[in-house]
Amino acid sequence: MLSAIGANSLGDLFSHLPEEVRLQRPLDVAPGKSEYEIVDYFRARAAENANGYASFLGAGVYHHYRPVLVDTVVSRGEFLTSYTPYQAEMAQGTLTTIFEFQTMICQLTGMEVANASMYDGSTAVPEAAMMAMRVTGRDRIVVARTVHPEYREVLATYAQHQGMPVVEAGYSQESGALDLDDLENKLDGETAAVIIQSPNFFGIVEDSARAAEIAHRHGALLIFVFAEAVSLGLLEPPRDADIVAGELQSFAISPSYGGPFAGIIATKEKYMRQMPGRIVGETKDTRGNRAFCLTLATREQHIRREKATSNICTNQALIALMATVFMSVYGKEGLRELAQQNLSKAHYLAGKLPLRFDGPFFNEFVAATNGRTPDQINEALLQKKIIGGLPLQRFYPELDGAMLLCATEMSRRENLDRVAEAFA
Amino acid sequence: MIRKVRQHINQNEPLLFERSSPGKRGYQLPELDVPAVDPSAVLGENNTRAAIEGFPEVSEVEAIRHFTRLSTHNYAIDLGLYPLGSCTMKYNPRVNEHVSRIEGLAWAHPYQPESLSQGILEVMGTLEKILAEITGMDAVTLQPAAGAHGEFTGILLVRALLESRGNPRKKLLIPDSAHGTNPATATTAGYAVENIKSNERGMVDVEALARLVTEDVAALMVTNPNTLGVFEENITRIAAILHAKGAMLYMDGANMNALVGIARPGDFGVDVMHLNLHKTFSTPHGGGGPGSGPVAVKSQLEPFLPKPRLERATGGWRWNYDRPRSIGRVRAFYGNIGMHIRALAYIMAHGGEGLANATMDAVLNANYIRKLIEPYYDLPLNAPSMHECVFSDERQAKRGVRTGDIAKRLIDYGFHPYTVSFPLIVHGAMMIEPTETESKDELDLFVDALISIAKEVEENPQVVLTAPHNTRTSRVDEVTAARKPVVRWKPASTSSKAAD
Repeated sequence: MLSAIGANSLGDLFSHLPEEVRLQRPLDVAPGKSEYEIVDYFRARAAENANGYASFLGAGVYHHYRPVLVDTVVSRGEFLTSYTPYQAEMAQGTLTTIFEFQTMICQLTGMEVANASMYDGSTAVPEAAMMAMRVTGRDRIVVARTVHPEYREVLATYAQHQGMPVVEAGYSQESGALDLDDLENKLDGETAAVIIQSPNFFGIVEDSARAAEIAHRHGALLIFVFAEAVSLGLLEPPRDADIVAGELQSFAISPSYGGPFAGIIATKEKYMRQMPGRIVGETKDTRGNRAFCLTLATREQHIRREKATSNICTNQALIALMATVFMSVYGKEGLRELAQQNLSKAHYLAGKLPLRFDGPFFNEFVAATNGRTPDQINEALLQKKIIGGLPLQRFYPELDGAMLLCATEMSRRENLDRVAEAFA
Repeated sequence: MIRKVRQHINQNEPLLFERSSPGKRGYQLPELDVPAVDPSAVLGENNTRAAIEGFPEVSEVEAIRHFTRLSTHNYAIDLGLYPLGSCTMKYNPRVNEHVSRIEGLAWAHPYQPESLSQGILEVMGTLEKILAEITGMDAVTLQPAAGAHGEFTGILLVRALLESRGNPRKKLLIPDSAHGTNPATATTAGYAVENIKSNERGMVDVEALARLVTEDVAALMVTNPNTLGVFEENITRIAAILHAKGAMLYMDGANMNALVGIARPGDFGVDVMHLNLHKTFSTPHGGGGPGSGPVAVKSQLEPFLPKPRLERATGGWRWNYDRPRSIGRVRAFYGNIGMHIRALAYIMAHGGEGLANATMDAVLNANYIRKLIEPYYDLPLNAPSMHECVFSDERQAKRGVRTGDIAKRLIDYGFHPYTVSFPLIVHGAMMIEPTETESKDELDLFVDALISIAKEVEENPQVVLTAPHNTRTSRVDEVTAARKPVVRWKPASTSSKAAD
């Protein structure tokens, strides 16, 4: 090959690089290892993490069982090792599954259109906020303090350079839900959107219909955020919302210490052209057969450049496929039954603990740790190989004696009882 | 003469919704070991939904057949050369998939105690250190989720540093050969964009740059090698011009696979850059993602990196949230960790020498293709190629055949097309990147295909204009898709045929 191109050595290929640019030594990276050594290294690292612990952590990342079919499908090289489906004629597999994904997200959320995925729930939130700015021509955002604190941090990072003031609306000390009176007070004629999350960070189901009514009365959109997608198996979808921004980690996506996950944005048809991210549409090929392709690309960065609706390019396609397979396996009956199991487990545990809030909750709730600190309770649980709940003081200084606990279908009764004992 | 493929069976497959029958199920949950609660009693009647209208109802075997059949409608690196320029479609080693799924890593919760997360933190800390060595930079954050997200992070870092000096400035300079994400990122980060024309060699015009760099310019975003596959030979001068005016040099690391082990951005004046783990470091593209876009910086930008920062303290790794000058978070938690694991596995398999060899092989493969097809296609710029080469359809256009047509005809020969019509500065661009993955045999098949198509254009252009012919889906009507968007399935939709 070298002789074919008229070179004497591989080094010749780089002879045009200026001398001062070239690295004059080998990289300081250990020599290559065999497959066995690599597997061994990562097994050793995995052994240094929590292993064999039951966990009651939720707070945006949930332990749900992953059906075996999910990895079976996403491990197929045709899905795993293909690129973004720009060449529709040889990417109908990916395109069809994305079209199914978009459809299922619409069915799940009560929205009319959905995109092909965002990085995660936290980045979907500022993207939804910027979309609301484009739709309304306004620039102010009111976000509930009950939205995931890290999602709000990400929103703040994006907002500060968009000329987008962000105001927070408080929560009821009794119910743990968004304080709708405070929301009303925070709204003005410049507000582009109200952002709420349900179930909220405390696990409480928000009244999204009322929030939508208040937002709309002020000419603002309602952005509905979800972090626990399984809840939508039982909870009324946010039909009154204008934009839904969500996180699908609960749909067979392993916690992986926080990523990769998959976010979504769904909305009403009339706002479709203001959506960020890729969208797959149905069409026909020249033989008249149904076919799918990426569409509405004039919103996107590779066509519109600095005027694009977002800078997103790579999304979370394979992770969205995991969620698609999950939704297919569980389906209509299964997602409901799964949600019911989550609801029952959480309420069984909650029934044994002092609750900080009295609002309705799905599979997460805030327990008061009366007399002891959350850390003391968690320490006691760790002795029993149980990772307890999230102490809320970290994000809400006023909730210093409270912890957020989550129970899922994977929480066994004996462990639920052990957690209850640790509080006793 | 088509040597790589001939026709074979692809089964038709309707949409899952069209396969559904009431009551079918593909799951089994364990028996509930606590009392069942009534949803409407605890959530309230208004908060409880009816069954999800239209949701799938299929058996397990129907589900697996559905997705397996659909998978056969895709092309993939596992099937052969995937020469998308700038996308770096290299082999994705399966051991990387295996180790990312080891339970103690895959099931780690981001809020579990740091004392029970030391293994995963060690993986991240090790990767940060190696990426700093490869790039010649001082510090790395793994938080950004993809390349464009890394760009956004990097530009916010530039803004934060300049702001700390009293003036964030107003605009970014971006060459006309840049990826669309660069200008889109500028807008997201609150900067105006000024384009710089490339010179006749496809490089940044240094004289023009010197004129454009004013006190208003925050940074130049440059891709190096650029999207023509050409190394910016004046990169150290470019850096000096920017630095003299207090501006920064941002490098889009999309093409870092041409430099690993050969040259380091930190050594040629780059202040901040992102990497695409899904390009240079072999994490799978997965039909469009996930990616991972670590950002590497020089020490002056380190205080502004997203929080939390990973730190090695006595007693082990910890997250430091006390970072008052940080730009804040760019995403929840700590990044696409599963991709970090895969990238580290790739680096471990190669070692320092192996990484440099991969770079050299990638550049060799691109130059081999360039040499062999140069007699048949127009090469608009003759600067030396690195990991990719860019041709144009100028000769074929005279016969009415455009780059997009040649691309579709390549499909009939069993190859995924090259990148079509990009970079924008080359009219009718055909951008080819083979990567180090390919053997001479596969490259020769590809070259044969392109030569054969060039002959077809002369002898029978119609066969190229109407390609592909051998696929189960013929050329797709993208215009109608955009004009009358149908972006979800609906029951009894008139536009959907049940039998596909």
